[in-house]
Amino acid sequence: MAWKIIKLSFKAIYNNKMRSFLTMLGIIIGVMAVVILVSITQGAASGITDSISDMGSDQITATISGDDASVSADSIESLASYPSIDSVAPVISTSETVKKNSETGSYSIVGVTPSYFTVRDIDIQRGRKIAESDIEWNTNVCVIGTDVASSLFGTWDAVNGTIIIGDSIYKVVGVLEEQGSSLAGSEDSKILIPYSTASRMTGQTGVSSFYIKASSEDTVNSAIRSVESFLLQATRDEEAYDVSNQSEVLDTMSDVTNTMSLLLAGIAAISLLVGGIGIMNIMLVSVTERTKEIGIRKAVGAKRKHIMLQFLCESCALSVLGGVLGLVLSLGAIEVYNLVASSAAAINWSVGIAAIVFCAVIGILFGSYPAAKASRLQPIDALHIS
Amino acid sequence: MIRLKHIYKSYTIGTVEVPVLRNVSLHVRPHEFVAILGPSGSGKSTLMNIIGCLDIPDSGDYILDGEYVDNCTEDKLSEIRGVKIGFIFQQFNLLPDLTAYENVEMPLLYHRISPSERHERVIRTIEQVGLKDRMRHKPSQLSGGQQQRVAIARVLASEPSIILADEPTGNLDSASGKEIMDIIKGLWRDGHTIVLITHDINIANQAERKVYVHDGRLSEKEIYNGMENH
Repeated sequence: MAWKIIKLSFKAIYNNKMRSFLTMLGIIIGVMAVVILVSITQGAASGITDSISDMGSDQITATISGDDASVSADSIESLASYPSIDSVAPVISTSETVKKNSETGSYSIVGVTPSYFTVRDIDIQRGRKIAESDIEWNTNVCVIGTDVASSLFGTWDAVNGTIIIGDSIYKVVGVLEEQGSSLAGSEDSKILIPYSTASRMTGQTGVSSFYIKASSEDTVNSAIRSVESFLLQATRDEEAYDVSNQSEVLDTMSDVTNTMSLLLAGIAAISLLVGGIGIMNIMLVSVTERTKEIGIRKAVGAKRKHIMLQFLCESCALSVLGGVLGLVLSLGAIEVYNLVASSAAAINWSVGIAAIVFCAVIGILFGSYPAAKASRLQPIDALHIS
Repeated sequence: MIRLKHIYKSYTIGTVEVPVLRNVSLHVRPHEFVAILGPSGSGKSTLMNIIGCLDIPDSGDYILDGEYVDNCTEDKLSEIRGVKIGFIFQQFNLLPDLTAYENVEMPLLYHRISPSERHERVIRTIEQVGLKDRMRHKPSQLSGGQQQRVAIARVLASEPSIILADEPTGNLDSASGKEIMDIIKGLWRDGHTIVLITHDINIANQAERKVYVHDGRLSEKEIYNGMENH
């Protein structure tokens, strides 16, 4: 019985191919909108998430907004003795005008200690890193990012060249490996100088921010707690510092993308709703057209529920078929998008399945009024229409 | 089998109430072949609708197979139609999108019958009307007489106690009309109860008993003299 009714529904859809297709179009477009938009947003989001994770989830960033002098670089170094912490790198960030012959530009200058390279997990491609002796002697040396090297030195080798940062001459001792851009800003466009030199240049004695590398990913949380209690002791002000980890950034990221997805799904759901109204419309037409059929079926023994079920099944088949077609077309569309935008968006199957289920609900919802109307037809009235 | 007692039925057209059946009583016994004869507008179609449980009377009793049907719900009426009554219409009333086989099968889908028995019944009745080689055809590919035979097979498949034929030959040429009447008479001889509605005296004469409808009233002549006994 159930199988026969389903077969009948598809037969009715098949008998009115053009009309069925046009009716389904609303649903097809709706499903495509939902699936494609959500898949692409989440694809983009997972790209960003990956690049954040690449930076290492064992990294912790601490910033101190209070009194400059409250935390000294030396005291921070003591954090490295905690078992949960691998190494600590205090930094002084500033921005200065940099000159090289006729080239002038404003660059981000970062005062670092040798541990910076360990904590941030970066290496140099040529020359050497900032050394302990550079800190000790406040030397005017710098390690530059690849972008800086190419804009100041062009194709020339930057190592052993000189540049003017602010008013002083600095010797370039190394060039960093190329990193590519990331959410946390690229090292490629930074100039690293010894921490003590930066401190003297800016007149800043305390640490404004520092990076911490946890001994492993499992100890990140206890490392965060250690750093927080250390900073609370040092500043005596809970509001004066902020300690954050990549995972928090990731959480924020996923919050944002989830909201985005929800918003898009909501908009697309409206188009599905409009498609549903189209289905209701055509089902009402179909009921009128098939009044005689309904009359015949009732005359030979069909009850109201049978007629109701037949039309409900038909509207459901119409919307679910539309949904499946939409899903298949979305697959193709996402492939094309990946080719054109050279991205790696993948279809979100849970959204796809949800869209199909939603279609079934729409089919039942918008099919129930026409189906009820059909089931209420009196056989005697229905038979007399020729 | 069929017992109509003092049936009254009227339709309201605009604000005017038009009586169609006035105090109609009729008794049809099992295995009887009764022709209801009357001109158009006499009320015979309304009578047929009431006998066929497609409509209910305004007043009076209708007892079908020992069951009062004048206060049944719509679904109960559907069930009675499905089980006890088989319709043969002037317009055949086959579903155009279904094949002959599917048309015969259709009423059985509303019964609680196993698929294998359903198949067996459809094949048997289609064979009975001599259309086995045409059962995959749609009504539009069949002649009028063949379509009416499919309709008869559809009736037989449900194994009803009463067969109601409303001008079964009205849309057929005389040759196919005769064929259909022969089938109907054959069914009567097989023991079916048949009520045939027609305006054609030649058709009505083939029945066992004739009943005349005129201006919403019933009168019996010929075989049975005198009016209903109740």
